[in-house]
Amino acid sequence: MAVFTLSVNGQSHTIEAPPDMPLLWVLRDRLTLTGTKFGCGQGLCGACTVHLGGTPVRSCKTRVGDVGSRRVTTIEGLDPHGAHPLQKAWIETDVSQCGYCQTGQIMTAAALLARNPKPSDDDIDRAMGRNVCRCGTYLRVREAIHRAAGQRKEVAK
Amino acid sequence: MSTSRRDFLKTAGSLSLAFCLPLDLKGAAAQAAGPASSAFEPNGMLRIDPDGSITVWATRTEIGQGVRTSMAMAIAEELEADWSRVKVLQASTAPRFGDLGITGGSQTTRSTTTALRKVGAQAREMLLQAAADTWGAPKSECLARSGRIQHPPTNRSLGFGDLVAQAAKLTPPAEPPLKAAKDFRILGKDALRLDGPDFVTGRAQFTTDIHLPGMLVASIERCPVFGGKVKSFDASAALKVPGVKKVLQVSSGVAVFGEDTWAAFAGREALKVQWDEGPAAKLDSAAIRAQFEARLKMPGKVVRQEGDAAKALPAAAKRIRATYDAPFLAHATMEPMVAVADVKPGRCMIWAPTQAPGMALPFVEKLTGLKADQIEIQVTLAGGGFGRRAMADFILDAVECSKVAGVPVKAQWTRPDDFQHDGYRPATLHELEGGLDGGGRPVAWSHRFVGPSIAASNHFPWPAEATELAGAADLAYDIPNLQVEWGQSDTPVPVWFWRAVPASFNPFVTESFLDELAHAAGRDPLDFRLQNLPKAPRKLGHDTFDPARYRAVLELAAAKSEWRTRKLPKGWGRGIAAHAYLDCGTYVAQVAEVEAKAGGGIRVHRVVCAVDCGMVLNPGNVRAQMEGGIAFGLSAALYDEITLKAGRVTAASFSDQPILLLPAMPMVEVHIVPSDLPPGGVGEPGLPPLAPAVANAVFAATGTRLRSLPLLPQALRKA
Repeated sequence: MAVFTLSVNGQSHTIEAPPDMPLLWVLRDRLTLTGTKFGCGQGLCGACTVHLGGTPVRSCKTRVGDVGSRRVTTIEGLDPHGAHPLQKAWIETDVSQCGYCQTGQIMTAAALLARNPKPSDDDIDRAMGRNVCRCGTYLRVREAIHRAAGQRKEVAK
Repeated sequence: MSTSRRDFLKTAGSLSLAFCLPLDLKGAAAQAAGPASSAFEPNGMLRIDPDGSITVWATRTEIGQGVRTSMAMAIAEELEADWSRVKVLQASTAPRFGDLGITGGSQTTRSTTTALRKVGAQAREMLLQAAADTWGAPKSECLARSGRIQHPPTNRSLGFGDLVAQAAKLTPPAEPPLKAAKDFRILGKDALRLDGPDFVTGRAQFTTDIHLPGMLVASIERCPVFGGKVKSFDASAALKVPGVKKVLQVSSGVAVFGEDTWAAFAGREALKVQWDEGPAAKLDSAAIRAQFEARLKMPGKVVRQEGDAAKALPAAAKRIRATYDAPFLAHATMEPMVAVADVKPGRCMIWAPTQAPGMALPFVEKLTGLKADQIEIQVTLAGGGFGRRAMADFILDAVECSKVAGVPVKAQWTRPDDFQHDGYRPATLHELEGGLDGGGRPVAWSHRFVGPSIAASNHFPWPAEATELAGAADLAYDIPNLQVEWGQSDTPVPVWFWRAVPASFNPFVTESFLDELAHAAGRDPLDFRLQNLPKAPRKLGHDTFDPARYRAVLELAAAKSEWRTRKLPKGWGRGIAAHAYLDCGTYVAQVAEVEAKAGGGIRVHRVVCAVDCGMVLNPGNVRAQMEGGIAFGLSAALYDEITLKAGRVTAASFSDQPILLLPAMPMVEVHIVPSDLPPGGVGEPGLPPLAPAVANAVFAATGTRLRSLPLLPQALRKA
């Protein structure tokens, strides 16, 4: 066990944890920030995506001991009112089905828009191409990202 | 799972009925949980508060198919509610909600919509009466509109909230009038799902998100071989892992209890278990294939017979034969299996993303020694379902762990647990023979297929074949000599309902083989289908097949895809397939446009989908479910496969068993046939036509007929 001070969503938290404890479980079980989801624990599905110093990472494969002073942003901290353009676009596009993977999708998309405000379909496919959604909401994920970027395209009808 | 067969029968018996029983309307007010406030609760699943807000309790489980929203829409429509004031909560097994039934088989819409409308209509009539009494006006002069009761002759109006005290004193009418569809203001219009905002902010609470005071997290090491048992275990290293509290043997293996999830997982890594792997230890996919091949040589149970196929085949002008197969499949829901239980003396509380709470209850009774009224299962949101969450295993893990640990427990499965201890979609092997007459008309069809029975291996009180036939025995086409046989061939691999159940494999076989016949006859595959439909509706199994609806979806998909006119790029092909999902009253046809190279990759570019699901409750959700069914179907059509080696499922995660990802998702267009027939389900029917439409398109592009799922062998997965 070791003591860590983490900056999560602009707040400082001091926790005691084994250094190899994944950031995912620190967020979910210690800080009860449960919007970040456990999907595979192997960095393969993207449900646990958070931002570390602005970069999207798979929190299930990020050891708490490696976080250091980098700012952690989770879905709960993406926008103080839950009104990030992506969150609004996601609702308007009715993307979610079961909803479980969507916070990870949105965090991945938010990192994309932060570095590429007007992504093409190919840009989106590259950035989002490793986030699994078993409900098959992929077309609406792409559509909602375009919508948030202000490039509204018709969703498949 | 040590539960007696009798319990299973008891549960399963009520479960089969629960698929079709309407909601309980009677005595709902009496059952309403004694409103502490002055709220109006005309039914256990509806409350109107004095501030005018409306709460609906969904009595089916939200697994992504949109039922929380569509159930609320049906009530709100008849209630004449202001939709913006409607919120939805989830029912539990508490008596006020009645029987929660099963969420499965795409049955929710078909089995509950009328009853839900009556719930709303009852409340509306009571509010109308309350307003009429208040004003001293005839009820017939009052009308309900958008959360208010109006009296147009005097220009007066009152909000629902103003009327709750008065309405609560009235007796609910037994047969309230229902609105005509032309007057609908909510049903039939696109509605965004009510849970949307909670999903995108992370506020939505799934079972895995529950934290109770004093709760431990349990992670269970299971025998990697089906049916194996614990021989011995050494917990000494596991108990040294920080945060590990206990290690105890339970029915399904050895449970490591941690103060948080990571402690339980890390403790499990350090746990050493010796297994008695049992008789399935040598099982592998090749042995199962050999078993199926041997079974296929023997006659099966005849499940459909018309004319005499055996006689007609030798007399046919042209005969073709083919063998098809489909593998076992895992559900791979995004939220791995999980449940929370708090077992106390005289009381057991459970939180679970279950599709079948009533099915789990008798097992919980047996495990705890409690009576049903001492147990409550609170259904939560579910991170995917696809049938998997109708199993009770993950609930019983939590109950047993809480019982033996004496504290509340969350039993959390890992991703490998989830892949390797599923109830799988059955694998099947098929042999078909078809005959054409000199004019290219199909005159004989013989289809024998073998595989495990979901009904038999789970001891459901149904014939063994009942869960395996859709898409085969209900073949839509008019072929005078027709024989379909099914041979039971069970294996140690647990099998269970998977999205669309047998219609996830049978239509691949039958709609592909029909395509083979069309090509053998030198006919266009669309024309061949249209020309060989029966002339009039006919009874198939328990349901009636309507060829006009089947024809309409085929023609709509063909027209919208420009089947006859659109020129495709070189290397592309188009394929068509349809399926009447008679169980839930929905017909779907799809055209797939595919780029494929012989011996190379497969890229599905476009899918045009036509659906007739009767009266449409929420068109936006119908489109979403078709998109989802197509994605789920495409993942299975191209990649998904569960194989066994040395008694073990070889796939442990998404890296071993690829799942469809965004870059491989085709463009999808969904076209809905307008209809005033009773509403049908949409969760499953989008899936069955997809695999045959793609395989037929691959044939059109390459001349190669792919008869084995998944269509892409490991080596050819890159397009």
